[in-house]
Amino acid sequence: VSWLDALTVIEGAGITVLVSLASLTVGLPLGLALALIRWGRVPLLDPAAAVVVSLLRATPSVTLVLLVYFALSGMGLSLSRFEAAVATLGLGTMAFTCEVLRGALMSLRSDQLDAALSVGMGRSLRLRRVVLPQIFRMALPGLVNETTLLIKASPAVAVIGLVEATRAAVRIGAATYEPLPPLILALALYVAIIACFVLLQRGLERRMRLAA
Amino acid sequence: LSEALAILWAHRDTMLAGLLMTLQISACALVLALVLGTLLFGLSLGARLMQTALTILIDTMRCVPFLLFLYLIYYGLPAWGIVLDNFTAGICALTLYNAAYFAELMRGAYRALPVEEIEAGRAIGFHGPRLIWRIVLPPLIATALPAMGNQAIQIVKDSAFLLIITVQELTFAANEIQATYYVPLASFVCAALGYWLLCLGIEAGVRGINGRALAWRT
Repeated sequence: VSWLDALTVIEGAGITVLVSLASLTVGLPLGLALALIRWGRVPLLDPAAAVVVSLLRATPSVTLVLLVYFALSGMGLSLSRFEAAVATLGLGTMAFTCEVLRGALMSLRSDQLDAALSVGMGRSLRLRRVVLPQIFRMALPGLVNETTLLIKASPAVAVIGLVEATRAAVRIGAATYEPLPPLILALALYVAIIACFVLLQRGLERRMRLAA
Repeated sequence: LSEALAILWAHRDTMLAGLLMTLQISACALVLALVLGTLLFGLSLGARLMQTALTILIDTMRCVPFLLFLYLIYYGLPAWGIVLDNFTAGICALTLYNAAYFAELMRGAYRALPVEEIEAGRAIGFHGPRLIWRIVLPPLIATALPAMGNQAIQIVKDSAFLLIITVQELTFAANEIQATYYVPLASFVCAALGYWLLCLGIEAGVRGINGRALAWRT
């Protein structure tokens, strides 16, 4: 296996990181919105969100990415492979974020809200200054855990032909008749990527503890 | 859309066969992973060396995407002279991948177990495998059950990756119909509903076992 091949796998890992970060950017705010809808028991939207989240959590990423890529292009909305990948993994992230944040919202103590009300905070101020900082702190381990799940689900986008780390490694293995070295390189890269997120979590936790 | 549904209905056999294949693979992998996981957990109770080995194994599995692991089994093992057909390779990969998780879940539940129960068991003469089987495992499984249910759902979801090594499971079936008749929306939504059904089944099963375990204890 040459240096050039190794570089291809590393490039694939770059795509993996890019897709994952883009999916997080899409999925986190949407998941927060769904969690707030479910927490606030918004009529009609709450049961709809519950069904969507349950369905999305049960659907494998492989199935979902095929659905998004082929069905949307069949309806005249043709997405590039990258966009379809981000849409798919973003939807999955949304579902998991919703569950993680809903758990945190449920365990938020009601005296916190009463206190915010008693000093006359409005709804958005209450959300921004009291609710969100607390649930973020509570949910951080869950969110990082979910991010590692997202990275581990990301090879699913290879079925629509996006060349990320796993697909790059398999292609090189098929071309050189030596499947193991590129796969092991890919494995090492995944370990590195996931370790980065876990270290980020520890860093954030430390900073929050200092701030608190 | 009605046309697409008609095509899908005409090929309901293919979809049903795919669903059954997914069910079969997941059930096999679940049982094997539970057995292997329990074995790993049992070993980890022994020597310190085994504990360290298990921790390393689990930390590695946590970082490896399932597809990459599947490729390592399917394309990597032949380099050492072990050639598996796609079905066997798929079940092996699912089993090995999840056994580590099950062992870790049991270890987590074991740490939360009250020591008194085990000491009481020892005091009335239970030891070795019988102690584990009769005294340690029942409350342990009750504690670890919800997390194990989630892991079982993960097995069902990961089984979809097997389409890449051409195992004819549910997503494979949906993709085949989609590719021939170009009905992507109907076929993949149908597949998604199939997975949903399986997951709701697992959740109901977990609730059922949990209820029975509670009734058993009181």
